[in-house]
Amino acid sequence: MTDDDKVDGGKRRFLIATTTALGGVATIASAVPFVASMMPSQRALASGAPVEVDIGKVELGTKLDVEWQGKPVWIINRTKEMLAALPTLNDKLVDPDSDVPQQPTYCKNISRSIKPEYFVAVGICTHLGCSPTFRKEEGAPDIGPDWLGGFFCPCHGSRFDLAGRVFKGVPAPTNLVVPPYRYLSDKKILIGEDPKAA
Amino acid sequence: MNNKMTALLNWVDERFPLTSTLRTHLSEYYAPKNFNFWYYFGSLALLVLVMQIVTGIFLTMNYKPDANLAFTSVEYIMRDVSWGWLIRYMHSTGSSMFFVAVYLHMFRAMLYGSYRKPRELLWIFGMLIYLCLMAEAFFGYLLPWGQMSFWGAQVIINLFDAIPLIGPDLALLIRGDYSVSDATLNRFFAFHVIAVPLALLGLVAAHVLALHEVGSNNPDGIEIKKHKDPNTGIPLDGIPFHPYYTVKDMVGVVVFLIVFSIIVFFIPEMGGYFLEHNNFIPADSLKTPEHIAPLWYFTPFYSILRANTFNFLWVPAKLWGVLLMGLAVIIFFFLPWLDRSPAKSIRYRGQFYKTALTLFTISFIVLGYLGTQPVTEIRTVIAQIGTVIYFLFFFLMPWYTKIDKTRPEPERVRW
Amino acid sequence: MVKRILIALLFVPVMASASNEIKLDAAPVNLYDTISLQRGVRIFVNYCVTCHNAAYMRYNRLQDLGLTEQEIKDNLMFAVAKRVGDTMTVAMDKNDAKDWFGTTPPDLSLIARSRGADWLYTYLRGFYRDNTTHTGWNNMVFPRVGMPHVLHELQGVQVLKTEMQTDALGHKHEVQRLLLETPGMLTPAQYDMLVADLVNYLVYMADPAKTFRIQLGIYVLFFLAILFVVTYMLKKEFWKDIH
Repeated sequence: MTDDDKVDGGKRRFLIATTTALGGVATIASAVPFVASMMPSQRALASGAPVEVDIGKVELGTKLDVEWQGKPVWIINRTKEMLAALPTLNDKLVDPDSDVPQQPTYCKNISRSIKPEYFVAVGICTHLGCSPTFRKEEGAPDIGPDWLGGFFCPCHGSRFDLAGRVFKGVPAPTNLVVPPYRYLSDKKILIGEDPKAA
Repeated sequence: MNNKMTALLNWVDERFPLTSTLRTHLSEYYAPKNFNFWYYFGSLALLVLVMQIVTGIFLTMNYKPDANLAFTSVEYIMRDVSWGWLIRYMHSTGSSMFFVAVYLHMFRAMLYGSYRKPRELLWIFGMLIYLCLMAEAFFGYLLPWGQMSFWGAQVIINLFDAIPLIGPDLALLIRGDYSVSDATLNRFFAFHVIAVPLALLGLVAAHVLALHEVGSNNPDGIEIKKHKDPNTGIPLDGIPFHPYYTVKDMVGVVVFLIVFSIIVFFIPEMGGYFLEHNNFIPADSLKTPEHIAPLWYFTPFYSILRANTFNFLWVPAKLWGVLLMGLAVIIFFFLPWLDRSPAKSIRYRGQFYKTALTLFTISFIVLGYLGTQPVTEIRTVIAQIGTVIYFLFFFLMPWYTKIDKTRPEPERVRW
Repeated sequence: MVKRILIALLFVPVMASASNEIKLDAAPVNLYDTISLQRGVRIFVNYCVTCHNAAYMRYNRLQDLGLTEQEIKDNLMFAVAKRVGDTMTVAMDKNDAKDWFGTTPPDLSLIARSRGADWLYTYLRGFYRDNTTHTGWNNMVFPRVGMPHVLHELQGVQVLKTEMQTDALGHKHEVQRLLLETPGMLTPAQYDMLVADLVNYLVYMADPAKTFRIQLGIYVLFFLAILFVVTYMLKKEFWKDIH
């Protein structure tokens, strides 16, 4: 028989609390690797790595398609006329000054690009994800007589100008996404990485 | 706040037997107070089951059950998936630890007669769990699609070939092909991930329910329900499972986790016993490894299989091997009826049983070791002796347990 | 079916890999010696990746060894791989390999886990001149191996000397030794160190998470030790009730 038959409630409570606390720590610590294992693996990260593109081959007024992180990315060599038309469209657009951050800060300008001639954008409509068509011809009959060229999404009729800015009155809410990218040289860009700090 | 919790609990209890279940199976389930070291392994086996399911789910997120992709997908998990190596090692170590826990758990039953009446059905459920566990391990081991995976499966499925009349067709049915192939891999994946785990969960539930129906045995082998408090009806030697055994099993869990972590973090290969060296080579149907051995937990039975080298009567040696290997597992089912001793626990049994159990245990371990080694003449002879001892333990049991001089069992438990 | 398996098993001594009779030298592996591992990977990409894949090893993982991505790109990536996230795949075509060597050179990603470090260390130092073989080389650990002695310029040329020795009981034994007939660019001690570095790298490559795993294990055990003390005290406290 023990001398002390009384239950030391304080000690019990303390020990229960300590065990529960440490057990909780152990449980959370054990859960972390499992949840973390669901993050993109090294293989996914490697295939999502930045893509080098030689833009010298893109002829004036044409579009080049590449793939980055499983998504289509367009590079368009815009003509002087295309660039000149951009400011004239401003009142027809939802976000002419690109206030909504759909582009890196260094592309918050009228041409939504680093160099005005080359436009780089993710070719996915900001409505529900279809890939819009490149309609550079002016006055296309199915789009309208005022059409000065741009992108037309066949799924629900959203329209974007040649800087990827969305028109008013269409289902898509925001401008096309411009990915991070930088120039490796005059004719080579790296899609997926911001320009190095100056 | 407390009132809200009580009200919520009442709401649930009016619609679902929550509190009553917790009472029946935890806080008002009275277990003998003299549980010792051998009584940790049931709850540990349950812990390992949960761990295998959780790690298994996460492995399944990245594993590919295709003969061309399987091996690569395992390496992908080991290298490219964040913490994939930890999940993989936990699963491989867990599968061996499952058998450690289960073998020690079964040994407890043999020490204290826990399979005796009225616990025969409990024992049968347990044996069915053991069979499912062996199937689960067998199916699971093919999945990494290494050399040992492939050839181990090839050899074992070919055993079914030896069964007269139905053998070759049965082997074809299991394989889904003329040789172990992608078809086999895919179906083993289905068995390993869904079919057998579901069966295991059902059997474990049945096992615990059967236990709680009759109450636990104890190291003295006496029934605590014989002496109850006249007022409360609670067995005098019983204590509520919760909090006493929940708190004690927690310590057991922590000790287990220490052993488990030492293996997972420092020696996951266990010298080639938990992760075999040959399994780091992709399966090659044209090249047999020098030395095919099953994982350590199958080796006692593998030894018995290989020990049969005589053609006896008109049955070829190979078929004897298969039959005796199967019998070596099945015979466990009959223990409750083979054991005729008046005393349940080894503490009160005579010299015959103690000697017999000792010899059986030694032969089990020796057979197990021999199963990991390549065959030589001497080893075959030892394996044959071991096999004889193994079976005599069971076949002679009705006789030596009857004539054994037992000591009188006490009325109340002793520590 | 059974007969086929049994016949196949008869061919095991021919088809299967080396016999286990030769005594293996202990490989001085130290995964914490990152400079050794860096030397090892340089040897690996210069001599081995021309024929052998290491298809599970990504170049950018070599940052584990203290290298930067740029250093990896500049010094270690020559052939097939374009980006630093790619895996170490081989320049040689599989079918060409089969024609030239009789078998496809095995992938080396896991070779240190299947063969073991000691086997690799002894193997790479166990080549000797043998004009009766297809390649002109043989190996003490892997008789009639299809691989030529890629490192022979560094090690030099060894030959096999067979001698009859009589032991104390008067029994004659055939003893085989390797002798260095023509020295290479490195002394035997230097060559041994080079092979040690290479084997060290192969051990690392077979299980890159190993050193992290061991370190984490120490922390886990430390935590569990504390948890054990606390749960044990809790158990003892409650069990005071039981007599």
